[in-house]
Amino acid sequence: MTIDWTSFTPWSALLGGALIGIAASLLALGAGRIAGISGIVGGLVGGKAARWQLAFVAGLLIAPLGWLMLALMPAFVLEAGPGMQIVAGLLVGIGTRYANGCTSGHGVCGLSRLSLRSLVAVLAFMGAGFVTVYLLRHALIA
Amino acid sequence: MTFSRTLLVSFIAGALFGLGLIVSGMANPAKVTGFLDLAGAWDPSLALVMAGAIGVGLFGFGLTRNRSTTLFTGEALHLPDNRRIDHRVILGSLAFGVGWGLAGICPGPAIVALVLAPGQVWPFVLAMLVGFWLHGWLEGRAAPRC
Repeated sequence: MTIDWTSFTPWSALLGGALIGIAASLLALGAGRIAGISGIVGGLVGGKAARWQLAFVAGLLIAPLGWLMLALMPAFVLEAGPGMQIVAGLLVGIGTRYANGCTSGHGVCGLSRLSLRSLVAVLAFMGAGFVTVYLLRHALIA
Repeated sequence: MTFSRTLLVSFIAGALFGLGLIVSGMANPAKVTGFLDLAGAWDPSLALVMAGAIGVGLFGFGLTRNRSTTLFTGEALHLPDNRRIDHRVILGSLAFGVGWGLAGICPGPAIVALVLAPGQVWPFVLAMLVGFWLHGWLEGRAAPRC
């Protein structure tokens, strides 16, 4: 393992992470809800969206809009082509709903609540992510 | 009155969440796959995103432990108490992890990326929404939310 020091951004990572933690804590304490994006957006798709879910997604969309209005374009590099994106999106969509949570619901909220169930979920999706990228970058492509 | 305050809190939480995803670099797929690529040039940043989020979350969610109502509106907390570790949470998370590794995008960043680079990311977001819908369809009705 070699650490890519030029890409490593410890301070913005910690600051951004803290903002995510503040947001999740605020939603739990102030609205009594879990900031789980797959559950919230999944609720919208199911056509049974609660009003708090619509409000949260509106906020989630306003953040990048505000960022763009300040004429800032955050780094965005997406290597996957449309075909791979479709496979990936289907797996992410179905998988997170069966697991009842994703990086936010299990990763941030669940681990913050010391949930063993969420720890199992995080180890499973991180492990699968590590293996997938390994196969994609180092085993399947000569 | 209390209801609209709940909506305001939800909106602000969503905006802070989105801001956190952008500031942290989580909204950039290459940053995520850089973290997942242990055998390549490894970018540990995402571990610090989780550390920052959980560090604050331990405190914030710790405050919910002895409460049954919300802070500003006094409404009931709806925090899940499901502790079951079954094939659903394991197989679902494994499938999610494969998709996450393939594209470097999870649900939160997908929504943010739809604003930042819609022309690039729309196939993923569309497929993810179809996946959400498929789950509901396969289950007959929507599963409990998390």
